[in-house]
Amino acid sequence: MSSNKLSILVVSGSLERLQMAAMVASVGAVSGTQVQVLLSMNSLQYFVRANTQEPGAEGNFGRTMAGKKVPPFKQLLQQAMELGDAKIHPCSMAMDVLGTKAEDLEPFLARPLGLTRFLTDSVGGQLLTF
Amino acid sequence: MTSKQVIDARGTFCPGPLMELIAAIKLAAVGDEIEVLSTDEGSASDIPEWIHKVGHDLVSTASDAGVWHVVVRKAK
Repeated sequence: MSSNKLSILVVSGSLERLQMAAMVASVGAVSGTQVQVLLSMNSLQYFVRANTQEPGAEGNFGRTMAGKKVPPFKQLLQQAMELGDAKIHPCSMAMDVLGTKAEDLEPFLARPLGLTRFLTDSVGGQLLTF
Repeated sequence: MTSKQVIDARGTFCPGPLMELIAAIKLAAVGDEIEVLSTDEGSASDIPEWIHKVGHDLVSTASDAGVWHVVVRKAK
């Protein structure tokens, strides 16, 4: 794996962290970086299609941002895929815990990924956690 | 034959203007110019940075009454 790869592990369900993860993924992907994102723990619920609940803010910035014309995190992740070289994976462990099937998730997500494969693919690149 | 289009991204925050530009560049022909209008200061500096990184041409950048006008030519 070359250093031009970026792996992003998203475990938080807070608006700020989801937004920042999506911003990094999208800008990285459209700038020539190969990006892989793993959605796990508290983040995955917001990619279940039947869940209409929006992530809560963890601080003042998130509350302020929610009222501004900031590109939504899901849109940014989708653009990272469509306009750049990004793959957005649901974590297979998180899916098992939530009892979620692949067909329950947003259709733009790639196939479920386990942690072993994610870490293997991250070797030699940068890994960020949100 | 080249063309020029304007993307009005005023009021949108980072990285909205950049992503709108990239979507337009994907569809444009080599030599086409795209002008992005943005009120986001961060995007005004981030867009030229992206253009430099990926190898397109920055034609001009100027601010007028709080609106940034960044003109890009698709180079490849």
